[in-house]
Amino acid sequence: MCLAIPAEVIELLPDQMARVSVDGVGKLVSVALLDELAIGDYVVLHVGFALTRIDPEEARRTLALLGQLGAEVLA
Amino acid sequence: MSARQRHLKLDLAAGRVELSHGAGGRAMAQLIAEVFHQALDNEWLRRGNDQSAFDVAAGRMVMTTDGYVISPLFFPGGDIGSLAVHGTINDVAMAGARPLYLSASFIIEEGFRLADLKKIADSMGRAAREAGVPVITGDTKVVERGKADGVFISTAGVGVLPHGLDLSADKARPGDKVLLSGSLGDHGVAVMSRRQNLAFETTIQSDSAALHGLVGEMVAVAGAGLRVMRDPTRGGLAATLNELAQQSCVGFRIDEDGLPIKPQVAAACELLGIDPLYVANEGKLIAIVAPEHTDAALAAMRAHPLGREAAIIGEVVEDEHRFVQMTTAFGGGRIVDWLAGDQLPRIC
Amino acid sequence: MKYVDEYRDGKLARGVAAAIARDSDPARNYALMEFCGGHTHAISRYGLEDLLPGNVRMVHGPGCPVCVLPVGRIDMALQLAAKPNVTLCCYGDLMRVPGSRGNSLLRAKAAGADIRMVYSTLDALVIAEAEPSRDVVFFAIGFETTTPPTALSIRLALKRDLGNFSVFCNHVLTPSAIERILACDSDGVRIDGFVGPAHVSTVIGTAPFRRFAQDFAKPVVVAGFEPLDVMQAILMLIRQVNDGRHEVENQYIRAVTEHGNRIAQAEVADIFELRENFEWRGLGQLPDSALRLKDAYAGFDAERRFALDDISASDNPACECGAILRGVKRPAECRLFGTVCTPETPMGSCMVSSEGACAAHWSYGRFRDHARRKTA
Repeated sequence: MCLAIPAEVIELLPDQMARVSVDGVGKLVSVALLDELAIGDYVVLHVGFALTRIDPEEARRTLALLGQLGAEVLA
Repeated sequence: MSARQRHLKLDLAAGRVELSHGAGGRAMAQLIAEVFHQALDNEWLRRGNDQSAFDVAAGRMVMTTDGYVISPLFFPGGDIGSLAVHGTINDVAMAGARPLYLSASFIIEEGFRLADLKKIADSMGRAAREAGVPVITGDTKVVERGKADGVFISTAGVGVLPHGLDLSADKARPGDKVLLSGSLGDHGVAVMSRRQNLAFETTIQSDSAALHGLVGEMVAVAGAGLRVMRDPTRGGLAATLNELAQQSCVGFRIDEDGLPIKPQVAAACELLGIDPLYVANEGKLIAIVAPEHTDAALAAMRAHPLGREAAIIGEVVEDEHRFVQMTTAFGGGRIVDWLAGDQLPRIC
Repeated sequence: MKYVDEYRDGKLARGVAAAIARDSDPARNYALMEFCGGHTHAISRYGLEDLLPGNVRMVHGPGCPVCVLPVGRIDMALQLAAKPNVTLCCYGDLMRVPGSRGNSLLRAKAAGADIRMVYSTLDALVIAEAEPSRDVVFFAIGFETTTPPTALSIRLALKRDLGNFSVFCNHVLTPSAIERILACDSDGVRIDGFVGPAHVSTVIGTAPFRRFAQDFAKPVVVAGFEPLDVMQAILMLIRQVNDGRHEVENQYIRAVTEHGNRIAQAEVADIFELRENFEWRGLGQLPDSALRLKDAYAGFDAERRFALDDISASDNPACECGAILRGVKRPAECRLFGTVCTPETPMGSCMVSSEGACAAHWSYGRFRDHARRKTA
C-alpha cells in the first residue's frame, strides 16, 4: 500500500514546508503538492509529503452513512 | 612525581577520552576517580579493590548479566547510564528476587566527550541511589576511535530470592491471567524520535524505571500465584508472549481493547508504519498469574506508582500451535506473530 | 487520531457486517479483489474475514510496491551500493527484500556498503547536501502515491544544484497491473469486483478506473485503508454485483476526487516518462507500466549515470506468487508456503513485505487454516 495518515497542519513555513501534528506528534513535511492550505486543515501525509486535503464534510457524511447502515439492519 | 606536585583535574567541560584513559596508568586512575567514583560513590568503591565482598542472607541467589548499546545515548526520559541500572535491576527482579548489587563495565570510544561520560556516570549513580542498589565494582576500557559507538556498558546484577519462590518461563498454564503493568511502546518511541532521518517531535518520554519495588509488592500479596514475570524490552509485548508460549507449550489470547497505549505512541507508530506491540519498553512488566491470585496481584500493582495503569490483558489458553491470538478492537481475530527481523519503518 | 479512530470503531463494524450479511445473496459467491496491500493489511490486521459471510471471499492483489519489485532490480541496487563512492538511501521496506543468492541491502550494509534508511526523499536530499563528496542515490519505489515525492526531490536537487544526487527509479503504475489481472481473468478465477486503491487515487483520482468498469464490466469501489472503509466498500461492491451494475464508485470521498491532485500529476509528467516495458515480480513484463526519468533529467538518473545494465533474475520455479497475485490460488495452496518460504526467508514476492498476500496470511491469519482443518 502506500502508508499515509491524516495530519493536522499547525504551522505554515517557508519553502512550501509545514509543521503538522498527528495526535500531538509533530513532523516537518512538504506541502508543495497542495495549494491554498490553511492552519487547522487536515492532510493525508505520505513519506513526508501532504498529498491531499481531507474534506471534513465528506468525512462526516461517510461516518453518518456507516452509522445509518447499522441502525437500519440492527434495528 | 612528588607528593607536593599538583596534578591537573580532568577537563570535564571540553576534554575527550584518550587511549591513555584505559591504559592502566595514572590517567586511568584519574578518570575512574573523577568520573566514576564521584558519580557512583559507595563504601565498596571507596575501598578501591578489583572486586567487592558482601554478606548474603541464607537462601537462593539470582544473577544476571546484560549489555547496553543504544543510539542515541541520550533520549527523552533517560540515557544509557540510567537504562543500564534499570534494565539490570529489572532482570533480577523478574525472578521475584530482591536486587542487591550491580557491576558495570564501560567500553569507551577514543575521543568520546568527557562531559558526556560524566553525564552518563552521574545518571547511573542517581538511578542506583534511587533504586537502593549500588554499583559495587566496575571496569573501564578505551578502544580506538571507530571501534565502538561512543560508549557501551555491560553489567551484572545479583539478588536474593524470597523463600519458596520459583518463577519460570515454562510455568504458564491454561487459565492463568496475563497482567501488564502499564502503557506500551513509550521507550521505543522516545528513542526513535531522536534517530537521524526519522526524527519527529513528541513529548513521550522513555518509561525506563526500576521495577523491583513493584515486584516486591506483588510477591508480598500473590507470591504463590506468580508463574512467571518478564519485562517486555526488545521486540515488545509480542516477542515476550511468543517466547513464553514456546517455553510453556501454551497459547495466549489477548484483547486489543485492553491494551494501554498512549495516543502519541499510537500516532508515532502510525507515522512510521510500525506496530506498538513490537516496540520496546524499559519500565513495564508482564506477569502470568494463577486465576485465584489475579485480583490481589492486580490491586497491588495498581497501588504502586509504576503500576497505576495495570490491566488484565488476556489469558493463557491451550494451543498445540503456541499461537498468540488477539481479538482486535474491531471485533475480528489475528495472530500476534514473532517479529521477522528488525521492525523497520515502512512506507507501504 | 482524528479521521482514523472513527473508522476503526468496532460497534459501527457490527452494523456494516450485518448489512453485508443481509445484502449478500446466499445462493452465490462473491470474489472481490482488493488491489492494494493497504487493504490487505487492514483485512488481516483487523481480522475482517471473521466479519464477512463465508460466500464473500477477498482475493489479495499485487498492490504492494515492494512485492512486485523484481529480483533483478534489487540486484541492480546492490551493484550500485557496492560502488565505492555511493551512498544508497532507501525506504525501510526495502532493507530485507532478497535479491539473488539471498543477498539483501541489509546484508550488503553489514558487509560495509553505505546504505541508509530514510523516511522521505527530503532526508536523502539533506544527506546529499551535507556530504557533497558522496554520490547519494535514492532507491525510488512505489506507485503513483510515492512518485510525486520523488519528482519533487529531483526538482529540489536541481534548484539547490546538488550534482551528487540521483534517483534509481522503479516507480510503477497501478492501472497497468489491474489491466493485466483482468486480462488473465479467464485462467480460472472470476473476480466479481475490485476494491480500488486509496492513496494512489488521491493522486490520480477515480477517473482512470472508469475504463475497467466499462471495458471489463467489473465494478470498482475506491476505498480508504481503515477497516470500516474496507467494509463499506465490500458492501457497495456486493450491491453493484447484485444489481448487475459495473460502475466506479468512490467510498473514500473525504480524500479522493474524480480527477485527483493536478499539481502532483503535473510534477510527475514533467520529470518522468513511460518505459515501454517493465518486469513485475509475479506478473511478468507489463507494457507501459513503469516510469523513467526524461532525457532532460538524465543527470539525475542513476541508471544512466552509473551505466547500470538491466539484470534479470528468476524466482524459485515452485513459487506460486503469480497465481496467488491473480487470485487463482490461495497462499496455503503453495507448497513453499510456511515450509521454505516464511517472512524470515521469503522465496516469492507475496512473502516479501508484510503486506504481501502470503506474509499477511502467515503473520496474521494462519490460525484460521488450523481451525478450518479441525472443523473439516
